[in-house]
Amino acid sequence: MKLEGKKRIWKEFQKEIPDNHFFFVRSCIRQSFFPGSEQFLIKMLREELGKDIFEDPRHTTCTGIGYHGDVVPFDTIQAVVARHFALATEYGYRDILISCVTSFGIYEEIIETWKHFPETLEKTRENLYKATKREFEVPRTILHTSDAVYKFKDEIAARARYPLVDHKTGEPLKAVEHIGCHYSKMFPKYGVGGAEFPHTLVGMIESWGGEVIDYPERRHCCGFGFRQYLVQANRGYSMSNSKKKFESMEPYKPEFVLANCPGCTMFMDKWQYTIKEQEGKTYGVNGQGIPVLTYEELAGLVMGFSPWDLGVQYHMVQSEPLLDKMGIPYDKDKKYIAKDGSKMAAPKNLINA
Amino acid sequence: MPEQKDKHIIIIGAGTAGCTAAGQLAREGYRVSLIEKDGKPGGKVNNWYQLFPDRRKGEEVREFLMGEIDNPLISINLNTDIDSIVKKNSKYLVTTTRGVMPPADAILLATGFDLFNPERKEEYGYGIYNDVITSVELEEKFSSGSVLTSKGTPPKRVGIVHCVGSRDEKVGNFHCSKVCCVTAVKQAIEIREMLPATEVFCFYMDMRMFGPYYEELYREAQEKWGVNFIRGKVSEASENIEGRLLVKVEDTLAGKPLKMQVDLLVLMIGMENSLSGRRIAEDLNLKIGMNGFFSVADNHYGNNRSNMKGVFYAGTCTAAMNITDTISHARAAVVEISSYLKSSEREVEV
Repeated sequence: MKLEGKKRIWKEFQKEIPDNHFFFVRSCIRQSFFPGSEQFLIKMLREELGKDIFEDPRHTTCTGIGYHGDVVPFDTIQAVVARHFALATEYGYRDILISCVTSFGIYEEIIETWKHFPETLEKTRENLYKATKREFEVPRTILHTSDAVYKFKDEIAARARYPLVDHKTGEPLKAVEHIGCHYSKMFPKYGVGGAEFPHTLVGMIESWGGEVIDYPERRHCCGFGFRQYLVQANRGYSMSNSKKKFESMEPYKPEFVLANCPGCTMFMDKWQYTIKEQEGKTYGVNGQGIPVLTYEELAGLVMGFSPWDLGVQYHMVQSEPLLDKMGIPYDKDKKYIAKDGSKMAAPKNLINA
Repeated sequence: MPEQKDKHIIIIGAGTAGCTAAGQLAREGYRVSLIEKDGKPGGKVNNWYQLFPDRRKGEEVREFLMGEIDNPLISINLNTDIDSIVKKNSKYLVTTTRGVMPPADAILLATGFDLFNPERKEEYGYGIYNDVITSVELEEKFSSGSVLTSKGTPPKRVGIVHCVGSRDEKVGNFHCSKVCCVTAVKQAIEIREMLPATEVFCFYMDMRMFGPYYEELYREAQEKWGVNFIRGKVSEASENIEGRLLVKVEDTLAGKPLKMQVDLLVLMIGMENSLSGRRIAEDLNLKIGMNGFFSVADNHYGNNRSNMKGVFYAGTCTAAMNITDTISHARAAVVEISSYLKSSEREVEV
């Protein structure tokens, strides 16, 4: 494997990422599945890095799940996304920071459509104005939140209390990175590093001291796919894709998986539970599962924030083996303590618990 | 009427087309300046061990070309790039990195082709995975007398990927590079001859055996040498923990996806108009076709003529072609140039 070849590709796919002033739009599902991630992103950007990140409570779903499920027409989703742009315009923001990879792909798809078919832009302006009396400017940049974390990866590294190394041996921790299909496979030019050898998550892992594994099924889809999980009969197809990836990465003994798509993070985590239930099989070392983290969770761990405040305990595959490797202290008894001090019900059948 | 030797023709590019045309023009009595950016004449054939379909040594064609340009009327300018070309009345003034050339009565562009850079097809991992190589690099291995993997061992299984950079909308190349199919067949046979225990799999879209004896070679590859031909494109290559390559292919005839481990993956890289040729096109406002090569004045009757009077084309700067066709095209260019120079109606539109 020649790193120089990858570096040449990374150079080809550089993305202009602004340094400040972001209009933030949330994901529909991330707050449920990774409850600490978005709040930590905002906290990190605002309080740790001193950036301006603005969100408007009037913003809504992008309707992406409905769009990919064929129940929301393209005209409708364009108008919904245009409304988000109108909110950004109202507050003078030109750079949209999107928490969800599906939304990110949709925003890019819509803007590309407007570039190639200007009449669709005019029609969207007309539709939005008729429905809401709002007007908008097309944003200057469309950013995924992983782009922003990538942009500030070295500032995060400078604040690292627990780098991605085995704290006993000093060896870099081995990691699998997985980008969402809609992050750069649709438009490689809008993803850092392109589609085949994306650099977004690789850059974070390496900057924070870890080592990335390039395993044979690295580019394979996690299996999430809206049609796979929305249609119950297809869910086995979804799981078989994740299984293929786990089998391929297993010999490399990764300590964790880092993903930038809500669907990938969720399914690569939860299918490990399902496979264990069905076949008794796990893919980590010593019969453990492989923790699957969001980039905000990983950044937070590296910076020394409490794992429980970051929400890593809400995954099916628990992160204690990783925390132990990194030397991060934690109190197991405080895992499910709510903000008001009350004790929440602990999930059952977790892996690595 | 002036003597032929009073006429001066500048040929840009000393590959197969340039050398052939230079020799023929000189034999007809014209003065020729041959300009070559590389350090030796011969062009791409310098890198070729054996040629299809008859396995003639590349060296023999090189010797033929050197014989062509061994003529006192030909001045050879190596390691020389073109700075500018300006038309002044009926003459062309060419400035090179080595100075100003004597005015030319005609220009022959024989700038050839550039090989497709396979790094643009990122999914194959060229430049990243150690045992992904090009057809040219395999030819170099043949010349060196051994075909080994990066680990220094003979490959147990070799995959050959056709149409890398050709017939591929994603990289902006719609055209077929013509010679890659038969090159793959030839190289597959050579591997089997050199390494009888090695399996060879060719992954193709269509087998375009357009030349004489090509189809026969294709048949021989299957019947005598047991080369496997799988109709389907490789979607990606990756490396497993042992460092072997893993390729994913769709076998379109069997209607099944296929995953296979190989020890060497050879990319049949296609042809694109050369960068140096495209720069000259900008200088002289020469038309470029939708395939990226020089656009000829007429596809049937004038495929050596350009859209500028006195500027002619020979060889693969106009389209992908094999050596036989390149030589024929270069000889036809000589007829066109000679006719142009002898014509009393020099102002006739071309």
